[in-house]
Amino acid sequence: MKNNIQKKICKTLLAIVLAFTYSCTNDITERNDQFPQLNPTNVDDLAGTWKPILLTAPDEFPLDVPIATTLPAYTREINEIKSYQANITEEQKAIIGYWSVGGVLRWNEIMRTLVAKHNRPPYQNPDGTYPIPSGANPFANPEFPFSNPPYAARAYAYVSAAQYDAMIAAWHYKKLYNRPAPFVVDAALPVLIPKSTLPSYPSEDAVLAGVTVELLKLLFPTEIAFIQEKADEEKLYRIISGANVRSDVDAGISLGRKIAAKFIARASTDGAGAAVGNQALWTQLETQTAATEETPWKSQEFPTRPPMLPLFGKVKSFFMSPADVVASRPVPPPSTKSEQFAKELAEIKAFSEDNSKKHQEIVTFWADGVGTYTPPGHWNAIASEAFVSQNYSEVRWARNMALLNIAMMDAAITCWDAKYFYFNPRPCQMDPSIKTTTGVPNFPAYVSGHSTFSAAACAVLSHFIPAKAENIKTMSTEASNSRLYGAIHYRSDCEKGLLLGETVGTFAVARAKTDGAE
Amino acid sequence: MKKVILSCFLLGTFYSNAQTEIDAIMMSKNRFCVGSVYQYSSWDKYWEGTNKRENLNLGTVSTQSIGVMGNYGITDKLNVLFNIPYVKTNASAGTMKGQEGFQDLSLTLKYMPFEKKIKNATYSLYTIGSYSTPVSNYTVDYLPLSLGLGSKVASFRLMGDYQRGEFFTTLSGAYLFRSNVTIERNTYFTDEMHYTNEVDMPDVISINARIGYRSNRLIAEAIVDNWVTQSGGFDITQNNMPFPSNTMNALRLGTNIKYTLKKVPKLAFIGGYNYVVDGRNVGQSNTFYGGAFYVINFNKNSETK
Repeated sequence: MKNNIQKKICKTLLAIVLAFTYSCTNDITERNDQFPQLNPTNVDDLAGTWKPILLTAPDEFPLDVPIATTLPAYTREINEIKSYQANITEEQKAIIGYWSVGGVLRWNEIMRTLVAKHNRPPYQNPDGTYPIPSGANPFANPEFPFSNPPYAARAYAYVSAAQYDAMIAAWHYKKLYNRPAPFVVDAALPVLIPKSTLPSYPSEDAVLAGVTVELLKLLFPTEIAFIQEKADEEKLYRIISGANVRSDVDAGISLGRKIAAKFIARASTDGAGAAVGNQALWTQLETQTAATEETPWKSQEFPTRPPMLPLFGKVKSFFMSPADVVASRPVPPPSTKSEQFAKELAEIKAFSEDNSKKHQEIVTFWADGVGTYTPPGHWNAIASEAFVSQNYSEVRWARNMALLNIAMMDAAITCWDAKYFYFNPRPCQMDPSIKTTTGVPNFPAYVSGHSTFSAAACAVLSHFIPAKAENIKTMSTEASNSRLYGAIHYRSDCEKGLLLGETVGTFAVARAKTDGAE
Repeated sequence: MKKVILSCFLLGTFYSNAQTEIDAIMMSKNRFCVGSVYQYSSWDKYWEGTNKRENLNLGTVSTQSIGVMGNYGITDKLNVLFNIPYVKTNASAGTMKGQEGFQDLSLTLKYMPFEKKIKNATYSLYTIGSYSTPVSNYTVDYLPLSLGLGSKVASFRLMGDYQRGEFFTTLSGAYLFRSNVTIERNTYFTDEMHYTNEVDMPDVISINARIGYRSNRLIAEAIVDNWVTQSGGFDITQNNMPFPSNTMNALRLGTNIKYTLKKVPKLAFIGGYNYVVDGRNVGQSNTFYGGAFYVINFNKNSETK
């Protein structure tokens, strides 16, 4: 009798443990695994006439005439596809599944990964100073880059802009040479992805891989092996799937590389390399603000960390002139001695003491701090998920990403300009009893970067997808508010940041209306 | 009927949840032991991966908890236990705000299928099944100041005890199955990017050994405990924030004492100390605790065996 009870208990215990084990091993579904294959509703076959960002003309860089599809050499290229398909592996099928969602989207995701991985502030030296990552010696400690928000905004912008120009060139040559796709030449050739009606020379995916790899080598030099592996996969995907022959791909890589060189040349002279500043500048920022009898910003970190990229406001924008940047500069923040300031500080103190779960959720959701893809990366993720349902062509994907990211780079430039022009302290500097629920960024408060990035992204995305404008606006406002709830920004920082972002966004939106794509 | 030691459990609260069951002591039938324990744990150095460092922006990170726990003897060989701690965290430097609230409720069934006296020694075997779940919606993705890891944990422990005279040795090992946790971000980076708000938590193996003196009045023991995260976790990278699914390992040494009052044998006091000698992605914490327990006898015949 007693033994029976004991056995039952044992069995029950075992059953609970087994049931729990089973319930824990449920796989997690990730959103980007659910994206459908790219199958555009409109292939934008006139995109070769759209206005590029940096290229003087779509054919600024030449591309060789392809060999005729009637030649035996072409047939051998078709045979290469067939031989791959005859022995296709599960791994190759996975590569096709991954890349066929779209090259611009996947490269954007890869970039977000690289940003998140490298978004870590350098660890201090034993003497309390901080080493500065160096592009010339990227593997040293700390590794280059520290992909903080301005660095990331610029990286996303360069890659997206270069991809867009490269797509315009690709579309131009597609139309010019009008080489049919392999499955058109050989109607018996199986195609493993949705068939495109576009000419196939050069391969748009290869152009993308070519241009992106070169830029990423510059921006994330310690990741070249990983980047190259991804590019090789993308090239292979086009051939195995039957979308391109090898000469389509080779031509694409070569065209992409040439275009990249133009962007790399610009990047090396845009002022970003000098944005870190030096001790003399850091001191000067403090003394010149103190001279106005305002309280200068001070790092809240131990040991004291130099301010993040004080000269980023001088970086050369794609759409705004230096005069535009100054003209967009927000009005001065409330004086730290003013009644208005005291009121705003008290508001933040109250947020720091509320234990609202809702606020904490918003703070965490939008924090995008150390180890993340940054606020611009967050908006890239939001944009990507919105674009997927729009069934864009690759060239439109590239164009919209370019305009979005250039707007956010401009947000970084103008916001950093304001931050270092006013050099305003954070709430916890003015009142050390203010505790925060997210990390305090190591740069001045006015205006809020999150607010500027979000409003700029909101302006551009609402223009692309007016049906989602309201929803996007809600997100942008929430991102801005998260900095109040987290007790790291004053209301003025957020409100004026939103305003600045909106202003900056109009440059990209004006461009969108005149670039020939609408 | 074997003689069952009438005693409250001796705590080894290495982690404030699911650790109350790992001593070789059973409540006898219809007796309910209830008590409260206060614990203070703090560290100013931690392992970032395998690299031990300090962080001047955190200073000393402390966790205080006060828990209510109980142990009821369903039979002499089967006990049910519970534990619910209220936790408060704090960082002495920097700006990050500490948290407080109820953490995880744990429920445990402890069963002794075997006890045998051979010559002067008593050998016993225990199986312990435990389940713990968060009882408040505390923020998980806020390490190192979050109240807990937010995971529902089912653990199964096998434990053997050897007692000769008043000296004993206990050895146990447990496997902890940990459920996915939901965080407030919908994208996060571990060693790769994840576009989801769910986090896969690696399981844990915990090994615990105790040796010491045990009589009806006094228990004093030394403890070694090894907590090892299984595959699926990852290291904190330099100057990055910790994350719930980090590989968190800790080797601890500690000591516990329990004293039952002579005049009031239903009342016992406990206390203890332990510290982390080696770890990975955890703080090198020093932990002190103390508490009191009271036994309520629901038997009609209330005489103690």
